Amino acid sequence: MIIAQQKPIKDIAAMIADCKKVLLVGCAGCVTVCLSGGEKETEVLASSLRIMRRLQGNPLETVTYTATRQCDPEYIEALENLVKDVDAVVSLACGVGVQYIAERFHDKWVVPAQNTMFVGGSTAHGVWEERCGLCGDCILHRTGGICPIIRCSKSILNGPCGGSQYGKCEISKDVDCAWQLIYDRMKVLGKLDKLLEIQPPKDWSKSRDGGPRKAIREDVMIG
Amino acid sequence: MKTESKLQKLLDSGHFAVTAEIGPPKHASAHGIRHHAHMLKDYVDATNITDCQTAIVRLSSIASAVHILDCGLEPIVQMTCRDRNRIAIQSDLLGAYSLGVRNLLCLSGDHQKFGNEPSAKNVYDIDSIQLIYLMRRMRDEKLFFSGEPIKEHEPRFFIGAVANPFADPFEFRVARLEKKVEAGAEFIQTQCIFDMERFERFMEMVRERGIHERVHILAGVTPLKSWRAAKYLQTSVSGMIVPDDVVERLKKAEDPKREGIEICIEQIKHIRNIPGVHGVHIMAIAWEEVVPEIVERSGLFPRPKVE
Ligand code: SF4
Ligand code: SF4
Repeated sequence: MIIAQQKPIKDIAAMIADCKKVLLVGCAGCVTVCLSGGEKETEVLASSLRIMRRLQGNPLETVTYTATRQCDPEYIEALENLVKDVDAVVSLACGVGVQYIAERFHDKWVVPAQNTMFVGGSTAHGVWEERCGLCGDCILHRTGGICPIIRCSKSILNGPCGGSQYGKCEISKDVDCAWQLIYDRMKVLGKLDKLLEIQPPKDWSKSRDGGPRKAIREDVMIG
Repeated sequence: MKTESKLQKLLDSGHFAVTAEIGPPKHASAHGIRHHAHMLKDYVDATNITDCQTAIVRLSSIASAVHILDCGLEPIVQMTCRDRNRIAIQSDLLGAYSLGVRNLLCLSGDHQKFGNEPSAKNVYDIDSIQLIYLMRRMRDEKLFFSGEPIKEHEPRFFIGAVANPFADPFEFRVARLEKKVEAGAEFIQTQCIFDMERFERFMEMVRERGIHERVHILAGVTPLKSWRAAKYLQTSVSGMIVPDDVVERLKKAEDPKREGIEICIEQIKHIRNIPGVHGVHIMAIAWEEVVPEIVERSGLFPRPKVE
């Protein structure tokens, strides 16, 4: 899922400094699971912003709503009545949600309350780690199910580089070397010889480097 | 494939090669590079020009190479995958060749986190093994990376790579070296060696697989100035093993700099007797002036001449 982290409250406050009334929109999707933009976080953010503004002698009125998903137009529709009389919308979704709201209500000031970070999952309670770089051409079958594109700091496809030591990456003792993990897993699988094959350069045109991407399923298209 | 590289001629004719390293400056003057090139020119067969080493912005390695050539010394241009995509790499290397550069060393490059632009966007479009393979193909099959033919004047570099016997997983290090040779590396320079025992074990595995017969291996050495420098390499540089007795020896020394030079000379003499090693690569980081003495006292002077 998408992992996002709320921006510092002073940054959010600065984006709506000249507003009297704002709508805060949470999302019940990924950002609820990573505890950064669900219903609870939306209410907490709204009240924090109100308190902050009251202390500044410039009270702020807030309205809150949590969409099932902000990355689907049908769930954005429900905001129609709520956005009418606010000066801005603060979206607590990932960047997709912010853009969907801005697109639907094109004359409304819409700001992001979150930094959308990566695609990953939780490894311990309260810890999320990046696992996929959305390259558009998955090679996990060649690397023991561990992604070198995103988990190796240099995206090496023929690793490990000379900085790998004691299982850690050269950039930090807190970062596992993806290629050590790949090596260990391939060893268990009895497939170390696979690592001797020279992996060709990656076709990044299937990644973001080919411009914005689109996925189409004609079988489910309507009309 | 024969190239116009003097280093290749020397290695191919069985000489024990000596290379050194020159780090370009953090400014726009070639004065220092030229000074070092003049100083080293009779003592080494070629010098590496680092490519923004540790991700610190420095005078370009190709521009530096031109100054070095001008001083009568053969450069080995280092090319990292960190800063350029495949378009820039090919363009820069065509340029380097047109300027007279004949040796190329392919490496992934230190992560930008270590340098003076830690918030830079890195590239890593291709990795070092892919770079070796693609350059070899460019030369031998006259094909650009894309597969498009090079109609004429393909760059004919003598292609090198690096190996680090001190990184992990150790058992895979020789396999990875072999992979670089398979990809097309013709000479290898190793990370600086302080742990001779581990290097000996590495070379044993290299010989078992016959890799030393397919590639020229130049063992890396670094003269240390102080025990603190040794300690720093031991604790803060990943992919390095510095045994405690090296640190201790420098600590006890009356003149640590002298001792550092002595250790380095001993290491070279030892390395010369390891079967399968075809040369040394002296990385005197910011201490280039000691290289002539080290070469001379290691019995590697004068350097052989090749036509
Ligand atoms: S190979 Fe590509 S798609 Fe597969 S996990 Fe890695 S980045 Fe994601
Ligand atoms: S140490 Fe491992 S994870 Fe880090 S850059 Fe090198 S190969 Fe990649």
